[in-house]
Amino acid sequence: MTSDPMVIVGAGQAGLQIAESLRSEGWEGPIRLLGDEPHPPYHRPPLSKAWLLGEAIEAQVGIRGPEFLERKGIEHVMAREVAAIDPAARSLTFEGGETLRWAGLALATGARPRGLPVPGADLDGVMALRSLDDATRLAARLAPGVRVVVIGAGFIGLEVAAAAVKRGCEVTVVEAQARIMARAVPPAISAFHTELHARHGVRILLETGVTAILGESGRVRAVATGAGELPADVVVVGIGVVAADDLARAAGIVCERGIVVDASSRTSAPGVVAAGDCTVRRLDDGTSQRLESVQNAVEQAKSAAAALMGKDRPFTATPWFWSDQYDVKLQMAGLSAGATAMVTRGDPASGRFSLWHFAGDRLIAVDTVNLAQEHMAARRILDRGMALTPDDVAAAAFDPMAAARG
Amino acid sequence: MVKLTFIEPSGAEVAIEAQEGWSAMQVATSKGVEGIDAECGGSCACATCHCYVEGDVAARLPAPLDGELAMLDNVAAERRPNSRLSCQIKVTPEIEGLILRVAEVQS
Repeated sequence: MTSDPMVIVGAGQAGLQIAESLRSEGWEGPIRLLGDEPHPPYHRPPLSKAWLLGEAIEAQVGIRGPEFLERKGIEHVMAREVAAIDPAARSLTFEGGETLRWAGLALATGARPRGLPVPGADLDGVMALRSLDDATRLAARLAPGVRVVVIGAGFIGLEVAAAAVKRGCEVTVVEAQARIMARAVPPAISAFHTELHARHGVRILLETGVTAILGESGRVRAVATGAGELPADVVVVGIGVVAADDLARAAGIVCERGIVVDASSRTSAPGVVAAGDCTVRRLDDGTSQRLESVQNAVEQAKSAAAALMGKDRPFTATPWFWSDQYDVKLQMAGLSAGATAMVTRGDPASGRFSLWHFAGDRLIAVDTVNLAQEHMAARRILDRGMALTPDDVAAAAFDPMAAARG
Repeated sequence: MVKLTFIEPSGAEVAIEAQEGWSAMQVATSKGVEGIDAECGGSCACATCHCYVEGDVAARLPAPLDGELAMLDNVAAERRPNSRLSCQIKVTPEIEGLILRVAEVQS
């Protein structure tokens, strides 16, 4: 047995899962999990929700405690930056020059918030939300009467808006598109959530571009937009993320808006795998797919660990996502882009409804609002590729839960 | 502190002094109990922290809400009348002595 460790760069959800799965796949040698943050691995989803509301402490958002890592023989190295990787030599170099040889390498470097390319984006009070430290800094500024401007009406921006208004802030969301969450959900859900935010006192400005962030002695004071100046004490930029693929790219690994991997999480470099937000997946038809989700991180990580052990464990499950805003749970199963028909079940006015998306006669995705049971049924139906037509689903007698069991 | 006992899929018992206000899942994952995946971090969105609750105090647990019931329909292991998602069980003095048998599989 070699004494070189399996090395994982990135200690988020994907990185930790790779470490755990290496053990369940039978790797008995050392495992080195390298993180650049000064925290044990933690869950990101609560950061834009419970964390901002002060409802959780750090140990509670931890994915696994130190005792678990010790038990599994996973050596977690905190606050350490990797400067370069060399797949041919099977070694990496830390900032500062120290090198480390590996038996296998997994990249789980995640993503970083996209910067807003306008003047003033570096003023004090302008923040993004990605890390635990980001969330802690933001939470500290949310207080009654504080004027918060959120730039970007995606999941993160809107979850922040919901938390901020709950903390008593005056919240405005600025979105360049004509509707909120336009990239991820159909118009009916955008409309439902727009109304939901309005009811809670969040102002949403659509089709509004940001031209500059204005400051006074280094601190933000307003956001300049096409709709005029919006006074602001805090500005949260939530306009998406960019895959952190720099190490891979510098090492000559194929990257395209992310580290390109196959269904089994292999990169173009032998012995190097990648998982989670840093990746883009090459599909069988040659197109590529970028998913940013917990499920993708976990499933790609399981595939990546298997691949390091020389096994194929492709990730084939239907993609799923969720967003919690106020007391509304929005869940998405499958990808609705490319849909040609949609069936609505239930009445949006009741606060519980679902949208079933078809490409021709084939079901491709289901969005649910406050219908967790139907979401789970939809995942099962999609996973099994069960044949359901728009007419089937539109029928009054259609029962998704029964269909999923059938 | 509230005493909880987890029984891992291997049969090993892990007794934990749990802090009030935490969820049973948070207690288990922080202490390294085997077999609880908890992929979604307690958002009641993944059904991978499935346990069977046992002991006299199990009856004193507040009943599962709709969201948890929906997820329980979809657990990977067998669903039994005492199936719960540990992320939805809040640690309170009333559940002192609760036994949580971790489901054999979570996904």
